Amino acid sequence: MDDPYDVIIVGGGVVGCFIARALSRYRVRVLLLERESDVCSGTSKANTAIVHAGYDAKPGTLKAALNVAGNRMYDQVCAELDVPFHRCGTYVVALTEEDLYTLDDLYHRGMQNGVSGMRIISGEEMRRVEPLVNPDARGALYAPTGGIVDPFLLTIAAAENAVLNGVHLRLETEVTDLIRQNGRIVGVSTNRGQIFGRFVINAAGLHADQLMAKAGVHGFTITPRKGEYYVFDREKSRVRTVLFPCPTPISKGILVTPTTHGNTLIGPNAVDIRDKEDVTVTPEGLEEVFAGAQRLVPTLERRDVIAVFAGLRASGSTGDFLIEAPAQAPGLINVAGIESPGLTAAPAIAEFVLDLLRECGLALLEKANYNPIRRSPPRFSELSHREKAALIAQDARYGRIVCRCETVTEGEIVAAIHAPVPARTYDALKRRTRLGAGRCQGGFDTPRVIHILARELGLPPTAITKKGPGSEFVVRKTKEWDGNEKV
Amino acid sequence: MLKTLSYDVVVIGGGPGGLAAAIAARERGAERVCIIERAEELGGILQQCIHNGFGLEVLGTDLPGPAYAQHFITRVYQAGVQTLLDTMVLEVTPQRVLYATNARDGILEIEAGAVVFSMGCRERTRGALAIPGTRPAGVYTAGTAQRLVNIEGYMPGRRFVILGSGDIGMIMARRLTLEGAQVERVLEIVPYLSGLKRNYVQCLQDFGIPLQLSHTVREIKGNKRVEAVVAVAVDERWQPIPGSEEVIPCDTLLLSVGLIPENELSRRLGIAMDPVTGGPIVDEGMGTSLSGFFAAGNVVHVYDLVDWVTMAGEVAGRSAAAYALGMAPASVYRLRVVAGDNVRYVVPHLFHPESLAQGPQQLQLRVREPIEEKVQVILEADGVEIWRKTERYVRPGEMVTVKLMPDLYDRLKPASTLTVSVRKPR
Repeated sequence: MDDPYDVIIVGGGVVGCFIARALSRYRVRVLLLERESDVCSGTSKANTAIVHAGYDAKPGTLKAALNVAGNRMYDQVCAELDVPFHRCGTYVVALTEEDLYTLDDLYHRGMQNGVSGMRIISGEEMRRVEPLVNPDARGALYAPTGGIVDPFLLTIAAAENAVLNGVHLRLETEVTDLIRQNGRIVGVSTNRGQIFGRFVINAAGLHADQLMAKAGVHGFTITPRKGEYYVFDREKSRVRTVLFPCPTPISKGILVTPTTHGNTLIGPNAVDIRDKEDVTVTPEGLEEVFAGAQRLVPTLERRDVIAVFAGLRASGSTGDFLIEAPAQAPGLINVAGIESPGLTAAPAIAEFVLDLLRECGLALLEKANYNPIRRSPPRFSELSHREKAALIAQDARYGRIVCRCETVTEGEIVAAIHAPVPARTYDALKRRTRLGAGRCQGGFDTPRVIHILARELGLPPTAITKKGPGSEFVVRKTKEWDGNEKV
Repeated sequence: MLKTLSYDVVVIGGGPGGLAAAIAARERGAERVCIIERAEELGGILQQCIHNGFGLEVLGTDLPGPAYAQHFITRVYQAGVQTLLDTMVLEVTPQRVLYATNARDGILEIEAGAVVFSMGCRERTRGALAIPGTRPAGVYTAGTAQRLVNIEGYMPGRRFVILGSGDIGMIMARRLTLEGAQVERVLEIVPYLSGLKRNYVQCLQDFGIPLQLSHTVREIKGNKRVEAVVAVAVDERWQPIPGSEEVIPCDTLLLSVGLIPENELSRRLGIAMDPVTGGPIVDEGMGTSLSGFFAAGNVVHVYDLVDWVTMAGEVAGRSAAAYALGMAPASVYRLRVVAGDNVRYVVPHLFHPESLAQGPQQLQLRVREPIEEKVQVILEADGVEIWRKTERYVRPGEMVTVKLMPDLYDRLKPASTLTVSVRKPR
């Protein structure tokens, strides 16, 4: 048996990656496991990308406490990790008389939760801030601490920083069972064999309930709650503020928001489903989302849409986050039911989990050489002409544009392929560089990116995938008919 | 430091429109003409169009795409046109300073006496249609699949469904069949063909590939790779007809659902655009609303034949050269050209009757609805008919060209609008 790990983290979403980063500060051996080909492949990659102020959650809940605490950590975390984050403030818009009462409720809840700086503004002020808002807006709750972040880059940067500080990362490694010895959880069984560790952190997102059930922890279940979204062409995106409707009991409602890259994003609806893999976009859902968003911004046009997608919230049966060291399964730490505001809370969840580990007897002694700083590789499109010229002089590959809509260069692609958390698929490159995320949606770059991935990874083009095994782009060479076409 | 260059005419895009524009600009007297092309070679999309059907109008012979391109590439070099290949234009200022990048020169700062936009068009995507379902590998635009097959030499799938009866989709149906793939069928949401009839006959009919009109894709299935699509019949308002759903197993969905002029550079300059074509508003010399900027080819509106693109490029190149040399005719008076009955759009949008002194001028239009019988194309100047011709049929997939003869000058001169209509004879 190999030297066991101190901590094995199951799940490379934003929560797992932040726990890994938090632990990488200390002299412990940490392994991060992810079943997909990249971190940030589940709920963390398909959400609203909002850093919530914290007025939504019920006072006294973990959601409320960790939302506000996480929000306060964002400036520092994003500065350290070099990730786009704009604390631009958020607005909950009241469209009816009744909505105005809801604003009052939210305001008071926010006060109880410790949200600072909130203000209820008039409809007139709302329209001045965002001229595109529904002219019927009667008022809004303004929360200056709300913001927007790039959830892909945030999660990937946290994972990279963890890896650079000594965390081991294994991709395409799926946990199938927990190993129990003498009453304790001592490791995990995976598709690649058994791995032992003193503590196992269950950050398995939608599947966290199944994993804890394997340890005999029952009673907490996770329902996938689907949300569907539209993304708009950057050139046609004019909304500059984060606009929420008044919330419903199960969701913060269908909102309209800019992304950190300047696209408009609308969504999500909220539909409870059964299948934890079902990220199907439905005609009904799309109708609902568009109609909902048009209530906030009536001028949105379907012809400006460049993509639609769906994500699944890991909605826990208690309505709150579950972060615990269950008595029935010593050695296991559950981090489950992390739905919204999970992205906001993630840095605070990580600190909370570290405290739990300490309580369970894990000694966390600081490393001498821990470095919290992670620098993002150069982003060509964000540089001045002179900076671009200097970069190309260093590495000519930065002078070759591969994705024209988002102006992504070969240099950026190659850097991402060989980064500490390597991008080995098309979608992994997309999340890091934005290639294919523009209005042509990869029509131009796909053949070129297949070629670059094949060259850099030393693989044939037929082995290059969109998102891991089974999602290959091309099936065979031309002129080499293998007879597999006919049914 | 940035490397600086200066030209009389800079042509952005080395496809058929740009090649013709550069040659014409040299012939019209511009000394220093340069084509900036983002690919490694000139020719644009023609390099992957290895089928024939190019050149009948302009060269009087039927060529495959690369041969048609080569004819003009050779002429470009013979004419002494400079080229910057593997080079992407990042920014253009209204003062006609261009910033471009490539691996050799870093960032180039280029001054231009006149600029010709010939960036072509891009394909409408799955996202733009908001097709419901999953987001697996195996959904390609027809042109991307064409590049994979014809340039890279790889097959993007084994069993295909094609959405849209655009020309590239139909041509790919034949191409994929010849490479041993199974093309299950072509679905088209409107009740008529959107590409050329000749492509339907030669690419679908001859290969026994079924075309289903008034059908679309309701859902894409499969998590990693496409496993099936759900086809559905639609009513006149394109709404799915419940109960008509059919699951078609396949591993690839190709999209041939329209082309969109590529006008990011023009739009950022604030050049006036036509929301119907997606391209700039132009006059008969292919001049845009911004002085010194011209546009040619699919960047203006999407053509059905490359030959027309070449001709438009020649017009734009001549105009750009005249502008750069200070020989552009003073813009005295112009008519607004208006799309009338059953006309979706007409190009050019503006017309100087004085241009008829140089010879006949062309209007090109696309109809809204097909009419499979004799129809009249009618020109009206301020509501008064001045000219008409008969066509055997009109189809949205096939452009209609109207040649304005110089003798119309007297009728056009006093008018402020020229309306083009397509009507059945009474």
